Amino acid sequence: MAIKNMFTKQKPKKIKYATIPSEAAKQDVPEGIMQKCPKCKKIMYTKELEKNLHVCMGCGYHYPMKAFERIESLLDEGSFRELDAELSTANPLGFPDYEEKIAADRKKTGLNEAIVTGVGAIDGHRAAFAFMDSSFRMGSMGSVVGEKITRAVEEAIRLQVPFIIFTASGGARMQEGVLSLMQMAKTGAAFKRLSDRGGLIISVMTHPTTGGVSASFASLGDFNFAEPGALIGFAGRRIIEQTIREKLPEDFQTAEFLLQCGQLDAVLHRKEMKEKLSFLLDIHQTGGVKQ
Amino acid sequence: MTGLEFEKPVRDLQEKIAELKNFTSSSDVDLSDEIEKLELRLKKLEDDIYNSMTPWDRVQMARHPNRPTTLDYIPFLFEGFFELHGDRAYGDDAAIVAGVAKYHGQPVTVIGHQRGRDTKENIQRTFGMPHPEGYRKALRLMKQAEKFKRPIICLIDTKGAYPGKAAEERGQSEAIARNIFEMAGLTVPIICIVIGEGGSGGALALGVGDRLFMLENSTYSVISPEGAAALLWKDASLAKRAAETMKITARDLRSLGIVDEIIPEVRGGAHRDAKEQAQLIDQVLYPAMKELQSIDHANLVDRRYEKYKRIGGYAEQTTGLNN
Repeated sequence: MAIKNMFTKQKPKKIKYATIPSEAAKQDVPEGIMQKCPKCKKIMYTKELEKNLHVCMGCGYHYPMKAFERIESLLDEGSFRELDAELSTANPLGFPDYEEKIAADRKKTGLNEAIVTGVGAIDGHRAAFAFMDSSFRMGSMGSVVGEKITRAVEEAIRLQVPFIIFTASGGARMQEGVLSLMQMAKTGAAFKRLSDRGGLIISVMTHPTTGGVSASFASLGDFNFAEPGALIGFAGRRIIEQTIREKLPEDFQTAEFLLQCGQLDAVLHRKEMKEKLSFLLDIHQTGGVKQ
Repeated sequence: MTGLEFEKPVRDLQEKIAELKNFTSSSDVDLSDEIEKLELRLKKLEDDIYNSMTPWDRVQMARHPNRPTTLDYIPFLFEGFFELHGDRAYGDDAAIVAGVAKYHGQPVTVIGHQRGRDTKENIQRTFGMPHPEGYRKALRLMKQAEKFKRPIICLIDTKGAYPGKAAEERGQSEAIARNIFEMAGLTVPIICIVIGEGGSGGALALGVGDRLFMLENSTYSVISPEGAAALLWKDASLAKRAAETMKITARDLRSLGIVDEIIPEVRGGAHRDAKEQAQLIDQVLYPAMKELQSIDHANLVDRRYEKYKRIGGYAEQTTGLNN
């Protein structure tokens, strides 16, 4: 070979193919074996994360929890009886594309709406419960959410048991307009009714609890708690920054910030949640609901 | 007079009539026939325009800079209004005015959002957008009204609760929630009237009562049309469309079963004549007050609960799960 030829390509360029797995092959690969913490980037086995109540083993970041995961982690096994599971969303304002959005979220989450309510027990102490789920339309409150909470509170009155709610909501459901606003009044009035009859109300705010939900039932517990790091507030950060024309501190509207401002009774780590709720239910045993 | 865009044809015709009148008086030509015809046409045009206002037109009317505020109505509706200040914890919020007065000789507590009537006053009153201490002042005086068995009248007129750092720190959410909660249980009659804009939770914190009335051109919504458009369609300029889709007019709320009665407005809007508008309010307020005072206290709270319990639109597909 002549020396000059050593520098020129002799063979035609080899065509390389990228391997694209077929749809079927994709299904074979188990999804989400590992997860990366969005905060500290630690990589963990999903199984271990689940065992750890969806709390990052590295930094303690509390992942959003699905309604039924919470029920499983808190309530006595087999004690939960769901209420109004079939209550479902209509489109009262005739809002464009609303039904489709609801249908898509139903399919995605396996839930009928953004909340699961029912009656159950923690360490044998019975109570009525409501668990919001932010994976369904950001946990937003429309007529169904308002009605389910109200009915669960009425059930607490009927059974003379306490009411415990875990909130997770971006606020009012825009597609139900002023009807969703009025759910703030409806749920607030129901809470008042239970409270006037001596009923115990506990609210646990989880990430996020904002807008109309934070400005109604979420703030109306005899005890108001929050999970670490949860975003809680009335107005959105962007709107406030525009109004006051200054940057807000990083921790603004976090559970810890609110605790410092005197807006919360305590910030409770998920690991101690059951024990603390159980204790409160225990010491309020004698103060049941008077009809 | 500050005119709105949709009223332009009316304004044009009014100007023309004025011109002709001016001409008639300054020359020998008599145009009174012509003027009379035009005035008739003006009346018809006004009827057409004001009877076919779109939701967006009403939004403009509700936000009219000259629209009467709480303090504009009070002297026409009540005798001897005595303003009271402060929440006894932090401060006095000028975005809410409250006090005691007499209504047709009967003691009442009056509370309302208060916008400023010029820039300086708007700054002092934070554009009628209350802080937590405003809501807590309102609640303090509502509790006082309950103690002395005085009915409560709330006038609603706000874009919303103030979105600020200090407001969040002092518990804006809790203040609104607490008012809703306590108003649901007050044992005296509460009548709420939306006189301008009813903006979201900031309005509702003075809005839980036995009767809800709205002025014909007022609005009540979970979010401003601009906010809704930005949120839903990522485009605030679609506010006009949002105003229709979101169902925010008095008529919309009446058909949704939220508003008990619509209070008609002076032709062309409440800002044309605050005194006459106050009379129109009085014609609805007074009978409601009399009716509510005949209901005993325990029943009043139960009825109020039932009123709110009914609001909502959902599908009931009850199965064995519901027992």
